[in-house]
Amino acid sequence: MLRQCAASLLDGLLLGCVYGAAAMGLNLIWGVMKVINLSHGALMTAGMFVVYGLFAAAGLNPYLALPVAALAGWLLGLAIYWVAVHRVIDAPELASLLATFAVNMILVGLGTWLLTGTPRNIDCDLGAWRLGPLVIQGNRLAAAGAAVVLAGALFLFLRRTTLGKAIRATADNRGAAELMGIATSRTLALSFGLGAMLACTAGALIATIFPFTIASGAAYEPKSFVICVLGGLGNPLGALAAGLLLGAAEGLAPVFLPVGWTPALEFGLFVLVLVVRPTGLFGKSGT
Amino acid sequence: MNVGSAVMRRARLGLSAIMVLAGLCVALAGCEKKAERAAGAGKEAVIGFTASQTGKLNVESARQINGLNLWIEQVNAAGGVQLADGSRVRFAAKYYDDESNKERVQALYTKLVTEDQAAFLISPYSSGLTDAAAMIAEQYGKIIITAGAASDSTHGKGYGSVYQIYTPASRYLTGAFDLLARLDPKARTAALVCEKDKFAAEVCAAAEKYAKNTGLKIAFNEGYDSGAADFAPFINKIPPGVAAVMGGGHFADGATFAKQLFEKRVAAKFISLLVAPPEPKFAELGDAARGVVGPSQWEPLAKYSADLARAAGIEWFGPSVAEFAAAYRTKFAEEPSYHAAGGYAAGLALQQAIAAAGSLDSSKVKVALDALNVMTFFGRLHFATGAAEHGLQTGHEMVYIQWQTDGQGQLAKQVVWPEEVKSAPAMSLAR
Repeated sequence: MLRQCAASLLDGLLLGCVYGAAAMGLNLIWGVMKVINLSHGALMTAGMFVVYGLFAAAGLNPYLALPVAALAGWLLGLAIYWVAVHRVIDAPELASLLATFAVNMILVGLGTWLLTGTPRNIDCDLGAWRLGPLVIQGNRLAAAGAAVVLAGALFLFLRRTTLGKAIRATADNRGAAELMGIATSRTLALSFGLGAMLACTAGALIATIFPFTIASGAAYEPKSFVICVLGGLGNPLGALAAGLLLGAAEGLAPVFLPVGWTPALEFGLFVLVLVVRPTGLFGKSGT
Repeated sequence: MNVGSAVMRRARLGLSAIMVLAGLCVALAGCEKKAERAAGAGKEAVIGFTASQTGKLNVESARQINGLNLWIEQVNAAGGVQLADGSRVRFAAKYYDDESNKERVQALYTKLVTEDQAAFLISPYSSGLTDAAAMIAEQYGKIIITAGAASDSTHGKGYGSVYQIYTPASRYLTGAFDLLARLDPKARTAALVCEKDKFAAEVCAAAEKYAKNTGLKIAFNEGYDSGAADFAPFINKIPPGVAAVMGGGHFADGATFAKQLFEKRVAAKFISLLVAPPEPKFAELGDAARGVVGPSQWEPLAKYSADLARAAGIEWFGPSVAEFAAAYRTKFAEEPSYHAAGGYAAGLALQQAIAAAGSLDSSKVKVALDALNVMTFFGRLHFATGAAEHGLQTGHEMVYIQWQTDGQGQLAKQVVWPEEVKSAPAMSLAR
């Protein structure tokens, strides 16, 4: 039992880092512009197909292709912002929700038409190491490492750079930020691009671990929502911590329950946090 | 007589002449068509089916359609099938992409019957999709040969026009337990991890029952959802020390499961998975494929022959194993898998039944299919005729393959079970 718990916890935590990075993207967009990005899953799928395309067509190592996936995500995010979100940014939240939902449907529809629903697999095995009774899989470790680096880079960007400070200022009070000379429209576009970049990169990391289809992003999107609520809406670092928490729960739950019950547990946790602490485990109460 | 009435009379005469000529043309054309029908020239029967050209079943389905198309090409090249009236019928394929989606199957099979006038139907790949197609075939009274569907339960619904080519799911994994007993007589426990779909669930339910009868304890048995990609939670739950891991479902998930069993260094000495291992593409897993056993409906190493048919007292029909395999390799530049062979065998069964019936009439072909008992390159084909399981395959038997290292250090498929048809002895896994 102890071996099983340890192995499951390790798998869950490594995967939780990647879930956390994906959720940070969703959380950043909500935190800065109060937009629930329903194209988050489609953006994750886009990241999967970027690294797969480069791997299959040019033989590029998927880890070396991560910057390309990140850039593609950022550009896609900018395009989505200017085309679909910018016009409804000051409208009631339902308008931006529907706009990003429409983008999601367009991306998935186009993707299904162009790329079909056939499963894809990136065959890049980094091996595995035995550590006592545990087996550490190279791909999971590399993906978790990359996700933590990504989260750290975002943290430093938001804290230490002028652009990051502009994003935080816009998130705190857009009107005041404009009075201070910050071009908030461009800042919002940049934030949406960053959120999309995180989703795309996390999708690319998932593609190095599991096979995927054009519909796979939709399976990971609800996890990001659960993580955002657990970590506190608008709190990107809380999202990373909550990702680890969800990963651990997802890893440990199957030890005691049938594996098929895991989603029920995740969403049970989601509802419980909403009822007991709506600001999330790591969110500021009263916000 | 005035000029006006003369003009009118000439006009009426002209009109009458035109009508007589038109009538003659129609009558002549009709006679020509009758003569054509009598001679059988240009007679064509549409074979309707859906293919999973996209979606999770596309690997298996593509091979099945390759096999079926090869049969159509060969039977047409040989002049088609002769009917009782001396005419000959050729076949034309009409198919659509079902996207591996059950919801699309029913609409597409209805379209095949009502709009495309399909004379006979071949099933899509997989038991789940076939179940949907079988219902439509039965509604319209069309014969459907189920090429890539092993589920027993489809044949327990009282259908009268559904005929199964594969060995049923209830006999899919039983040989794997026999092989395990031969390979490791001390084996006491096994784990079952199967896809939660119609086919795999039936296979695993039958396998669990069979294991208990043979004294093997199933130490872990849990199903996974179709489309699962992360098998780590299941692998972590497999008790240490189990002698065997069995299960899987279809190609995509089975290949992923095999890969993750290898990555997690699972120490079981015997792994047998459904559907995926017999596909040549499975070898792309490299070391993760080595040693994995898979039940197969057919292999190019199979030893079915006219002599075997004679010894069994049944008729031999169609190409030899070598002829089929060579023709498939020439056309598709790859090794034929059992999915390809199953597609071809479905056409072969239909061909033999139409020839025996001497007609394209569904009721006459049904009688011929009920009476079918032949040996082909695919093995013996014979259908149950009792109302409780009509159309269930009762003649065909499985073989079991294992990926082993050949003399050049390359991965090669070997038939390791049953004993009498094996091409190499089975080996235990060493991970």
